[in-house]
Amino acid sequence: MRKARAANYGAGIAGGARENILQTADALRWEIGQDFHKTLMESIYTDAARIAERAVTRSGEKPRRDFDLLFDRIASSRIWGFPLMLLLFSLVFWITIAGANVPSRMLAVLLVENGHPFLKGLSATIGLPWWIDGLLLDGIYLAVAWVISVMLPPMMIFFPMFTLLEDFGYLPRVAFNLDNLFRKSGAHGKQSLSMMMGFGCNAAGIISTRIIDSPRERLIAIITNNFALCNGRWPTQIILATIFIGALAPAHLAGFISAMAVVSIALLGVALSLVVSWFLSKTWLRGEVSVFSLELPPYRPPRILQTIYTSIIDRTIFVLWRAIVFALPAGAVIWLSANIMIGDVSVAGHLIDWMNPFGLLLGLNGVILLAYIVAIPANEIVVPTILMLTVLAGRMSGVGEGAGVMFELDSAGDTLRIFQAGGWTLLTAVNLMLFSLLHNPCSTTIYTIYKETGSAKWTTVAALLPVAMGLGVTFVVAQVWRLVAGS
Amino acid sequence: MSEERKSALHAGCETCPAHHAANLKKLGVDMENWDYVVALAGNPNTGKSTVFNALTGLRQHTGNWPGKTVTRAEGGFVYGGNRYKIVDLPGTYSLLATSMDEEVARDFILFGQPDVTVVVVDATRLERNLNLLLQVLEITDRVVVCLNLIDEAKRHNLTIDERALARDLGVPVVPTSARYGDGLERLTSEIQSVATGKAVLSPHRIQSDSSELSDAVSQLAEQIAEEFPGLPNARWVALRLLDGDSRIVEAVRKGELGDLTQVGPETMAEAARRSAG
Repeated sequence: MRKARAANYGAGIAGGARENILQTADALRWEIGQDFHKTLMESIYTDAARIAERAVTRSGEKPRRDFDLLFDRIASSRIWGFPLMLLLFSLVFWITIAGANVPSRMLAVLLVENGHPFLKGLSATIGLPWWIDGLLLDGIYLAVAWVISVMLPPMMIFFPMFTLLEDFGYLPRVAFNLDNLFRKSGAHGKQSLSMMMGFGCNAAGIISTRIIDSPRERLIAIITNNFALCNGRWPTQIILATIFIGALAPAHLAGFISAMAVVSIALLGVALSLVVSWFLSKTWLRGEVSVFSLELPPYRPPRILQTIYTSIIDRTIFVLWRAIVFALPAGAVIWLSANIMIGDVSVAGHLIDWMNPFGLLLGLNGVILLAYIVAIPANEIVVPTILMLTVLAGRMSGVGEGAGVMFELDSAGDTLRIFQAGGWTLLTAVNLMLFSLLHNPCSTTIYTIYKETGSAKWTTVAALLPVAMGLGVTFVVAQVWRLVAGS
Repeated sequence: MSEERKSALHAGCETCPAHHAANLKKLGVDMENWDYVVALAGNPNTGKSTVFNALTGLRQHTGNWPGKTVTRAEGGFVYGGNRYKIVDLPGTYSLLATSMDEEVARDFILFGQPDVTVVVVDATRLERNLNLLLQVLEITDRVVVCLNLIDEAKRHNLTIDERALARDLGVPVVPTSARYGDGLERLTSEIQSVATGKAVLSPHRIQSDSSELSDAVSQLAEQIAEEFPGLPNARWVALRLLDGDSRIVEAVRKGELGDLTQVGPETMAEAARRSAG
């Protein structure tokens, strides 16, 4: 009967025969009924169970998974899950902040205090023209030296610790804890995983949204991934927290308070990611929430030395290299903008003066806005750029070595002095931390969003939405702050 | 160089165990001239990436993390005088292609036609991992099972009779503990014997208790085999058509499946050598 029906469609040509196969498949599917998929899955499961049962024997006592069970009872508990999460992450940041100071200082002495004068001397001996010497040594070299001494130490401490937590199997528990919140906000539970990846790098986080099968939920995950504070922005947060927030606290609490400030910003990012997901799923990206199962992998003792090695190779060197590549042209641009004069004032000076009123409205200043524009390709170099431009705009004497020279400061205290001389207050620092969380993704991430979504429209949304939010939030904070502080 | 000559050339060396370790020269990603393509499949979190790194000498970060690899990573190694290109596929629970990572894995095994597909399974969760393995076995015969995390299985007092498993599955099964490098030597030698066609394979086929289903699959598979003679996985294509898999429907309609029949694994390697030379 079936064969006869199939034969009716028998055509000589190849395309006809192929269509014929599809017709037969349709007809058969109709006959088997809707249970086909279920029956097939059941067959596979039954087979698998049969084979596994024959091969596996369990000897002696019950499997020892006591540790896993006990730890999971705490790590993914409704009561203890979140406090444990906060405690672990605070600890990681505290160790980073406390540990990075000394090596940072050593690198600065090596590269800036000794390296820079040495190279200047060398260039004087061979008689380089002032503008080549300035562009190369005061612009490019110092930019790179700054990036290395500021970024390398925290990364060397932070990444291995983060990677150890990951290898141990803790991060999926964090995702498990957050899963419920994401589902309540109308997003896919797996978004908690892609967000975790975003804490490393937003571009990687956006690629990892491929594990989400529904296009609607995937788009939400892509748009909100930027709210996960990435590698490039951790150092900015850590530095600002150390020199401003930490400086307000008594010395023995400084590290702890700074760590808490960084944790708060990261948590704010998570909260905003939930809020924006909720907003999108109620407006333009409405739809059903998919169900999925998240497997909690067993805890595994991390291989510490190997983890440290791979995290240094994979993350630290990768991120540092990217920062250096972007710092090279940025150093040149900064030096040029500080040395090309229009009238009595440099190009940078004009731009800063022009943007300053708007910056102040946001509780920031013209320098910060200009630095963000210079640093659009890479978030990593924002702080070095800001420092240099602050000195330039403040026309400070006695610090730095002249227009467009990025300098290293002896200690966090000196950095604080520069910032204060540039008119910075606690508000400026807080708003810069907020703005660093809430602004457009870096160029690599924007490109990745475009590649993954294939849509110029959604790429634009993903790029501009955080900026709009950043401007809004800093504006409100500045107004409220001034109202309360009365200044 | 013909396969016969090549294996004749190395026949003497292969009996000497010391030679193997020396031969396992790590190549990194330099894959200009490869002889065989090996795909690495498996459930998430079975140590697939660790196996990949151990074989290639690459230090790609491996995370204790489901969904770590969503794209394909490629590397290579040399063994027994042959050069192998190895492709790490995203970890998936099935090949029924409901999300992009499953599609990447499925498409590579089906359309990429690797010479060998290594399925990494977690020895502590054998039953669940076999679901994917059984699906892979429907697509390709050329499978080596890497029974990984055997150290953890021991810790949990599990003993796995790998010979019974190999007999039931009809393909080689190698117990490994990739984190510590145990069993990888045997894994590569099994990869070689499958790649060179020396291994005798009689892969397990999914059995169904429903005769209606089995009849439908056989009938459709027969018709597919007629249209695409030499297709190695007519039964699987039939299963997917019955399930209404739109990608496979499209592949049948456009005759893409026809391309799969002409290019056998040997000629694929040959073609690559020709174009390289």
